[in-house]
Amino acid sequence: MTCSRRAFLKDTVGGTLASVLPLSAFTILSQDEAKAAIAESKVRWAFLVDTTKCVGCGLCVKACKNENEIPYDAPVTRTWVERYVVTKDGTTHIDSPMGGRDGFITDTIRDVEIDSDEIDKAFFVPKLCNQCDNPACVQVCPVGATYQTDDGVVLVDRDWCIGCGYCIMACPYGVRFFHPDHKVADKCNFCYHRISNGMQPACVECCSFGARRIANLKDPDDPVTKTITTERVAVLKDEYGTKPHVFYLGLDANVR
Amino acid sequence: MKWHVLRPLWVAIGLIGLILLSRQFIVPDDFGVHGKNFTYGYHRLSNIQEWKDFPVKYLGRESCIECHEENVQMLNASTHVNVECENCHGPSIGHPDDNEFLPLNTTRELCLRCHARLDYPNSDRGELLSIVDRRHKRRSKCTRCHNPHDPTEDMR
Repeated sequence: MTCSRRAFLKDTVGGTLASVLPLSAFTILSQDEAKAAIAESKVRWAFLVDTTKCVGCGLCVKACKNENEIPYDAPVTRTWVERYVVTKDGTTHIDSPMGGRDGFITDTIRDVEIDSDEIDKAFFVPKLCNQCDNPACVQVCPVGATYQTDDGVVLVDRDWCIGCGYCIMACPYGVRFFHPDHKVADKCNFCYHRISNGMQPACVECCSFGARRIANLKDPDDPVTKTITTERVAVLKDEYGTKPHVFYLGLDANVR
Repeated sequence: MKWHVLRPLWVAIGLIGLILLSRQFIVPDDFGVHGKNFTYGYHRLSNIQEWKDFPVKYLGRESCIECHEENVQMLNASTHVNVECENCHGPSIGHPDDNEFLPLNTTRELCLRCHARLDYPNSDRGELLSIVDRRHKRRSKCTRCHNPHDPTEDMR
């Protein structure tokens, strides 16, 4: 094989240029730009429910429905309160009529009147969207209508949702439902419009007993974050691996 | 290849081209992967702002005190200090300009949400001052005798 000096130089220059060309696809960032690109959000919203403080008044459910324009008399709600009564014969009575919207004002559960002498333990458990770190509902969305924001809240794009209902099936906590007016999937979003503007979620504000509280997990000085990180808290259905971010104080094995 | 084979092929290629072209116009510019990854962050970015702009209905005690200072102060000094105004008066959005009279709820059922006796040992409900509904002035409104802004006051 022979190679003239001219051909050698030509190939060298050509080869160098060709290998440098793909570099132009990279952008050179300034230090600040690079920091901003990899910076994590300074907020991670979480929720703390103290089941020992909940008295089952249902004012949170009422406030949520009004605040988030969920039809008041439709059997759907973004948050609800469950009542658990374990009697001395070992039976667990559970109910949540209309999601506890009108509170619990009688001792009758599903047509069974329960005398206070028969009760071993009894309590209320408020439930809402867990804003999971690995949300199953987001994974199954075929159109990208539901997604996780940088601050951890899972939102539903009402313009984009096609109402297929996959997410409603996928959520292990049953927090999603079909919105009767908008005809799209709907769920609790920690009142994103309120927490983003420095307010508390409607259910937190309307709870007179401090049973519901919102926390920013990335702020170590947040008193609610301190409770979550230092007290014994539990989450619902940990075994699903969804990494729920609603933490419960005083949770019982009967609560699923 | 013969023409009758090629013809449907051109139609198919044309259709695919048409779909790709119309996609350029239908899909918003800000639709794509934002945030964590494709699995969790595939969405329309401007939707976040749309949710942030959702109207607030419960304005809170701070907005009530601007005009109803006397009532709020009375409430703050009472055992009902933790009960939000809007729990009984209703959401105050648009009040007083578009919504002069708030739907005040003075029903027995509202008070019974907390004050109907349920002796539940693992809930603070058992600790609250409570009545047995059928044994306590069955047909009266609670507000005939009790002032919700200061429940200890006897209004009789």
